[in-house]
Amino acid sequence: MDVWNPHIERLPKAQLEALQLRLLKMQTRRMWELSPFYHERMRSAGVMPGDIKTLVDAKRLPFMTKKDLRDGYPNKLMMRDRGNLLRYHASSGTTGKATIVGYTKNDLENWSESLARAMTSFGLGKNDVIQVANTYGLFSGGLGFHYATEKLGATVIPASTGNTDRQLDLICDLEVTAMAATPSYLMYLGEVAEKRGIDIRKDTKLRYGLLGGEPWSDKMRDRIYEKMGIRGINCFGASELSGPMFMECAEQDGIHFWGDLALLEIVDPDTGEPLEPGQKGEMVVTMLQKEAFPIMRYRMGDITSIMEEPCPCGRAHPRITRIQGRVDDMIIIRGINVFPSQVEHSLMQHSELGNEFQLVVDRKGHLDTMLVRAELKPEAFTDNIIELNALRERISNRLKNVLNVSAKVELVQPGTLPRFEGKAKRVMDRREY
Amino acid sequence: MSENDKYRIKQLSIFSENRPNRLGAVAKVLKEGKINILGFSIAEGAGYGVIRVLVDNPVTARDLLTKEGFVVKFTEVLAIQMQDTPGGLFDLTDQMKDINIEYGYGYRSPPYAVLIVRVEDIEKGIESLLAGGLRLLDNVNFH
Repeated sequence: MDVWNPHIERLPKAQLEALQLRLLKMQTRRMWELSPFYHERMRSAGVMPGDIKTLVDAKRLPFMTKKDLRDGYPNKLMMRDRGNLLRYHASSGTTGKATIVGYTKNDLENWSESLARAMTSFGLGKNDVIQVANTYGLFSGGLGFHYATEKLGATVIPASTGNTDRQLDLICDLEVTAMAATPSYLMYLGEVAEKRGIDIRKDTKLRYGLLGGEPWSDKMRDRIYEKMGIRGINCFGASELSGPMFMECAEQDGIHFWGDLALLEIVDPDTGEPLEPGQKGEMVVTMLQKEAFPIMRYRMGDITSIMEEPCPCGRAHPRITRIQGRVDDMIIIRGINVFPSQVEHSLMQHSELGNEFQLVVDRKGHLDTMLVRAELKPEAFTDNIIELNALRERISNRLKNVLNVSAKVELVQPGTLPRFEGKAKRVMDRREY
Repeated sequence: MSENDKYRIKQLSIFSENRPNRLGAVAKVLKEGKINILGFSIAEGAGYGVIRVLVDNPVTARDLLTKEGFVVKFTEVLAIQMQDTPGGLFDLTDQMKDINIEYGYGYRSPPYAVLIVRVEDIEKGIESLLAGGLRLLDNVNFH
């Protein structure tokens, strides 16, 4: 099996950690010097760049959360040397405002480098034809894979999302060997293929699925393989880190986090205290080389653990297990992050609705559906069906604008949705992964 | 207070969400309150419905239903008496040409039949129907 960057990928653990320390020192110094935001954060936490003497000292650095990104809209968290900025991407924020991330030339290079290493690590190379069925645009999933595929020297088909029939035609006609998509979309594509009498295993060359953007399971991976003969490769990323970044190697036992690009910690979600390797907790990431939009001890909200044993592939870069949940109530619908607080905020704009709501997430076939149930205020009730239907339409349109994902709205009688003492549990996720 | 106000019939409009046996729940409340149902229809919205009921005692019915958590509104409708013979409806329609009807439903009440309509402008509707020689049931007779 080829290795994309043997020098970095084959570094022994001790040397990798020495490199990480060197990069962490440089990165904290850059942040201290170039970013008023991080300067102030570090000052408040009582830590100076010079205090970072070992990797363990990283835990003295302050955490940051999604809220910091939101409060920093649009570019308070960017470095000052704006002239080097080459690109923006954005992800939907929790209150309807997008979270903006920026990239320099090096950032884009490192992003592609990260994915090129990952793709090589499970066997893709320049003879492959990779169809990117992630959304192209502000969302980082499409362009991220696009540039990485070009860096790899493979052929990219920028199919983006939708038009499944055309996706299938391209797969057949252009002899696609790998496809980047959400796992549920790949399953759906399999169904459409079946209906058209196309046997993916026999009639196409598609063998790899670069899958992420939503929770999935080994069970689903097995189903994908049985049905289509496609090996599903688990991919992890977030726009805060650049986009899709890290994947499994051919061993398919944990996702490799390139140590020269990211410093990974697992902390107790309640106390923020670092946990031992193998213990399950919240993932915290410091990006070690990001320039335009650096990230310091960012609390991802994802629950996972670090695998300590060396990977049989020979790489000493740390691995994480499958994401096992969230510390917050974020849900992922058709690859898009949805926070119940966004739904709440959107519903509150309608004076006809009460304060309670419920989010029911389901999977019909292989596609996620979201139903928002909201209580109609008695005074807003009218005998006029046309007006009530129009209200429902307005609610639904506003939700779609805020969430970027469509939701069915159901008006219910006041007092019928569950009330909560303490933490509200407004999400009913009925999906099986 | 207009002379014609007596023709304004109080219909109960009940919001009904999409759950099994909502109709049964409404009927149960009315039964327990010894309320008699005179006319009735269900309108289908998007994922919910509106149950429209005429009863002999609308105020009590509303209070009982509200107490049980239902969202209830009075809607004023007109009750037009018609002949319970072939052509009974046709005979009315000629007098109703100029009225904008939002919805309607009918029931038999031997020896007559009754057409219930919700019109856009109820005052104008009453005047126009009476002027056309139609017989409207008043709320004293009706309830």
